[in-house]
Amino acid sequence: MTTIAPAPVVKSVTVPCPPDRAFRLFTEGMGTWWLPSHSVAKSGQDKVVVEPASGGAWYEIGKEGVRCEWGRVLVWEPPGRLVLDWQLSAAFAFDPNLHTEVEVTFTPVGTGTRVRLEHRKLENYGAAAGQVAQVFDSENGWSALLGAFAQAV
Amino acid sequence: MTDITALSALADPTRRRVFERLAEGPASVAEITRGLTVSQPAVSQHLKVLREAGLVTGTAKGASTIYRIDPAGLGPLRAWIDRFWDAQLEAFRKAAEAEEKKP
Repeated sequence: MTTIAPAPVVKSVTVPCPPDRAFRLFTEGMGTWWLPSHSVAKSGQDKVVVEPASGGAWYEIGKEGVRCEWGRVLVWEPPGRLVLDWQLSAAFAFDPNLHTEVEVTFTPVGTGTRVRLEHRKLENYGAAAGQVAQVFDSENGWSALLGAFAQAV
Repeated sequence: MTDITALSALADPTRRRVFERLAEGPASVAEITRGLTVSQPAVSQHLKVLREAGLVTGTAKGASTIYRIDPAGLGPLRAWIDRFWDAQLEAFRKAAEAEEKKP
């Protein structure tokens, strides 16, 4: 079957620390840098957990202690590579039927690290649209998120 | 919003098949119907939804209309994800710089 695959979103940044520290900050320290405007928990974000193993869970814990799934760890290869199964819909709600991939690589550049992020399989958003369609229209859906996003940048 | 319509338009399995048929190449309503088990009016209705969602475009050719994929259909969502990671990686970079400055 032919499907239209949108091109993956590819981004990169260079950070001043070596790959092992960049990898640790990205994973273990995710809750310290993740923008609080992009939280699934209704009570706001307390921490983000990326379990340090392939097959591990990836979730957020809200201020009221509620755990909200984000996806899974598909590949755990510190300090060079991390692949996450991103299961959050466009409305930032966990959808067990949605699978998109976020691959992050950490390459040494001088004394720093080049961090490259690729978010792919975006065509799967189309297949999961049925489950998320109603969320888009909700008060906390897409429009609200776009508003929050605009304020954050 | 366009984003919502584009995604929900593809939720219907038949409509997705119409969309996938057009991914193979431009076609008229009659040509699309030939490969499916639904009636021509039903296909026309699906095309109308896909067109309103910005996923396909139609151009008149003689007596019939030729439909084709609008490659920008999933564009708004992709553009949003693009900006999203821009902001997140910028936040990550700042955090890494702050950590490096720690004694």
